[in-house]
Amino acid sequence: MALLKLTSPHAHTTQDTGNVMQLVLLATTPGLLALTIFFGWGTLINICIASIVALGCEAGIMHLRKRPVMFYLRDYSALVTAVLLGLALPPLAPWWIAVVGTAFAIIIAKQLYGGLGYNPFNPAMIGYVVLLISFPVQMTAWPAPAPLYEAGTAVPGLWQSLQIVLPFLSPEAVTGTIDAFTAATPLDTVKHSTGLLMEQLYQKDPLFSQGNWAGLGWEWVNLGFLAGGCFLLYRKIFTWHAPVAMLVALTLCSALFYDGGSSTSHGSPLLHLLSGATMLGAFFIVTDPVTSATSNRGRLIYGALIGVLIFIIRSWGNYPDSVAFAVLLMNFAAPLIDNYTLPRTYGHQKSRRATEKKD
Amino acid sequence: MRKVWDLVGGVHIPENKYQSVQNSIGTLPLPSQLVIPLNQHIGAPPKLLVAKGDKVLKGQPLAEPKGMVSVGVHAPTSGLISDISDHPIPHPSGMAARCITLIPDGDDRWIEHQGIDNFREHSSAALLEIIRSAGIAGLGGAGFPSAVKLNARQPISTLIINATECEPYITADDMLMRERPEDIVEGIKILSFILGEPDEILIGIENNKPKAYDALEPYLKGTNIELVEFETRYPSGGEKQLIQILTGKEVPHGGLPANIGIVCQNVGTTYAIQQAITRGEPLISRVTTVTGKACSTNRNYQTLIGTPISHLLEYNHFDQSECSRLVMGGPMMGFTLENPDIPVIKTTNCILAPNKTELPEPPLAQACIRCGMCAEACPASLLPQQLFWHAQSKNYDKLEAQNLFDCIECGACSYVCPSNIPLVQYYRASKGEMRKQAEEKIDSDRARQRFEFQQSRKEKEEAAKLAKREARKKAAEQARAKTASNSTSSKTTASDTAASSVDDIIKAAMARAEAKKASPKEQQAKLERGVARAENHLETVQQRLQLLEADASDKQREQALAAIEDARVRLVGAQTKLKDIKPTQVDDPKTKAVDTKVLMEKIQASPTDMLEKKISTLKERITVTEEKISAATEDSPEGAVLIAALQKGLDKQQTKLRDAEQQLSETPVDAPAEAVTPETQDAASAAIARAQAKAAAQANMSDEDKLRATIASLKTRLKKAQDRLTAIEAENSEDNSDKISALRTGVDKLQAKLTTAETELSEQTL
Repeated sequence: MALLKLTSPHAHTTQDTGNVMQLVLLATTPGLLALTIFFGWGTLINICIASIVALGCEAGIMHLRKRPVMFYLRDYSALVTAVLLGLALPPLAPWWIAVVGTAFAIIIAKQLYGGLGYNPFNPAMIGYVVLLISFPVQMTAWPAPAPLYEAGTAVPGLWQSLQIVLPFLSPEAVTGTIDAFTAATPLDTVKHSTGLLMEQLYQKDPLFSQGNWAGLGWEWVNLGFLAGGCFLLYRKIFTWHAPVAMLVALTLCSALFYDGGSSTSHGSPLLHLLSGATMLGAFFIVTDPVTSATSNRGRLIYGALIGVLIFIIRSWGNYPDSVAFAVLLMNFAAPLIDNYTLPRTYGHQKSRRATEKKD
Repeated sequence: MRKVWDLVGGVHIPENKYQSVQNSIGTLPLPSQLVIPLNQHIGAPPKLLVAKGDKVLKGQPLAEPKGMVSVGVHAPTSGLISDISDHPIPHPSGMAARCITLIPDGDDRWIEHQGIDNFREHSSAALLEIIRSAGIAGLGGAGFPSAVKLNARQPISTLIINATECEPYITADDMLMRERPEDIVEGIKILSFILGEPDEILIGIENNKPKAYDALEPYLKGTNIELVEFETRYPSGGEKQLIQILTGKEVPHGGLPANIGIVCQNVGTTYAIQQAITRGEPLISRVTTVTGKACSTNRNYQTLIGTPISHLLEYNHFDQSECSRLVMGGPMMGFTLENPDIPVIKTTNCILAPNKTELPEPPLAQACIRCGMCAEACPASLLPQQLFWHAQSKNYDKLEAQNLFDCIECGACSYVCPSNIPLVQYYRASKGEMRKQAEEKIDSDRARQRFEFQQSRKEKEEAAKLAKREARKKAAEQARAKTASNSTSSKTTASDTAASSVDDIIKAAMARAEAKKASPKEQQAKLERGVARAENHLETVQQRLQLLEADASDKQREQALAAIEDARVRLVGAQTKLKDIKPTQVDDPKTKAVDTKVLMEKIQASPTDMLEKKISTLKERITVTEEKISAATEDSPEGAVLIAALQKGLDKQQTKLRDAEQQLSETPVDAPAEAVTPETQDAASAAIARAQAKAAAQANMSDEDKLRATIASLKTRLKKAQDRLTAIEAENSEDNSDKISALRTGVDKLQAKLTTAETELSEQTL
């Protein structure tokens, strides 16, 4: 009688890694929606290009590594990387930006390190930083939010956006038209505003005067990602430790240096929380389990230090936003944090260190 | 309502318990044969009491406990022992072990047995003995002998009855509580009495067993037993986890619940203990759940130990084609069975026969994304993803630091893993490997210790030898000093002390002599062998010399002569030793007294006397050698070589003589007159005593024996010489004339010696 011989446990949940990744993709919808409403079709086009490139690269590498291609594509991890990178890229950036970034993320940052689960750095953030350093002009050209368009102009439609992103689609040259839409982001504005009190800045700059808390459009994008993050928390895809620690640390830092809105102020806590990539970072990047610390205590430290780094780089660094840099720096530190933050095991007086040697 | 603590980690698993609680606990017809494994518990296997062909009655002991941690087994029904051999037993490895096969006779006739009316009239020890001999081992899973667990060395403040049954599918304890609550409560009272009435008695039960709760509750009125209900969450029924839920305490790492004053017992075990004590019935059956969609009937049965699982399955309409795997135990910690002929044992709480959709084959494992769901589920607060990482890379140091050995293998991490990684399997494999390495390390450490000990011992011995040598040297000097002072002036105070210590020395010497007598026969035999060897050697050398005399160079001859001399010395040495040992064998007071006397004399004898004796011996030897030389000159021209050899020996002897004489002349003059300390005196005297004891023994020898030996040796030599002479004469060639004459002289000489020796002997014997 041929009976299956297996050791325990025999029961298993129905959840698999593909489901987890699908939920993450689903959770990006509110943020993506806000981005599309305020900044046009660009982000969606980015995501599409990035996804195609990501799946192609993943499949190619898997083929080279002689692994079952479909089995690995079904874990949706390449798609998540592509979507996160697509969300982070400036809408209406030329097509090759998404191609280069995604290819670098998948091939170099992920697969060369051994594929899913073995990459020490968040692939999407590696892709983003490579682009930011290599192509600063394209990477800093953010379109203005839709309500700020001057009379007579409109947010580029889908076809126009495609023509901008993929210039070879139209016979006549449309390059340069992108300049018509670009505007400074709130973080840019605050960084480069000198001599104005925050209050004056908020009144003077339409980006703030037409917004509610932290800049027109951006605040809604961040609130969208916050909503998506809460959904994932509810579904227990990750624990609250890292994102909450990051947001609290960022809030505390900005509150500490916010002097009520002087000309040298680095922006209010609300500005820091609801602009730039704060919420996208907190709930979709910092929570990447592969590259973050493992224990809950470790994740608190990891998240908090990311929050501090974000504030430091935003305030005193050369770049207006810094989520990617902060995350990558802490990716370096995650294994070290892991060594010193083991949870206390049942029956033990105190927690041990992972570096401890017997005897 | 009592406060309960939260289970750390844990998972919700579809319970699947309703299927098997639809019917009451059933009984099955007797199977055609029962296979009863001898060892169904953790601990030493019991001692077999029956043989093949024996007829046994129900409840009759088949094996009795052997050793502290052991329990017996009993016949589940009356019948015939048809076989005692190896048979597959319920074990994850599918291994076979010694089993007793019993063919039931169908009468189901009990052996005479009697319970105890009032357990309170008995001592705890007596009750524990009943539990032990009734073969009761934990029915919850591990099968640890209950009597050992209940015999706590620490005071117990809390008794916990584990009614959790947290694994899905299993309902054996649930049904037992529903149907036999009174007996269970009685059993709890017995346990409480044995443990010296702990302050708290808690029954821990998950909130998915309301009927069992309701059944137990009425019997708890008026007792101090508390029924504590808590959230259903796997693995709340693990002993450590239950203790944490009910008391908030943690069993210390590497410790036992008893270390924190807690004893945990399963309800099934409690019931079995009650049956053994109040009814006198040993553990011969248990409640087992038969469930899973591959069986159309799901039910609990009062199952005889040893019932083949196929028998249970058959009565539950088992469809083999539907079945994905056959599990003994639950879906989380149970193990698969190789075939359904394996018997039910004391720890078999469930037989799970799931179909292929219920427990499908595990899908291929995906990459670990370190999502941490496993860490959230771990009841021991481990980091399963890190353990997995290190287990894959076989990094055992890291695994140890991550407390792998605190993993209870509950399977919660594997259950939740979205990548379907068989985590627990990795841990089991690593644990096995680490245990093996630890054992190897112990072995290699022991080997190293042994080596280091040997080295240090050798060093110590060397040091001791050196010290002894130094002491002897010093002692000799001081003894000389002492003699000087004795001879020149009246006795010093130091020598008085020395005299008093002489007794000690004699005692020590006697003690040594006594020790030597421990195996005198062996020693004698050894020495006799030595003498024989030496004689043999001497003969060989002499033969060689004779051969050489014919046609050898001077050098070779010289060497041969030297070898003869050497062999002779060896022979004499061996003979002396042999004689030395013989008197010590006689263990009567008289010889002891003689020994003592000799020792006394020798100790008191001054070095000067000894030196003088030595000189006289040497002089004698010189004379003998000189005689030999003159004899050799007369003998033949070839004697020149012999003379050279003898002359060499003579020179040596003369040098020795000179040395001795010089020493003698120096001794009284140069010796300092300072006082000798008793210690050095003791050491010196002891050394002297040892040396002199030997000489004394030799001197004490009967000359008769010596002579006899000499005569025997001479006779042999003579015979050989004559043989050789005859052989050469037979050749009768002129070339040999020299040889012949030499040999003749030798023969004559030997004959003369022999005659002298014989005369001496005859004189002595007279």
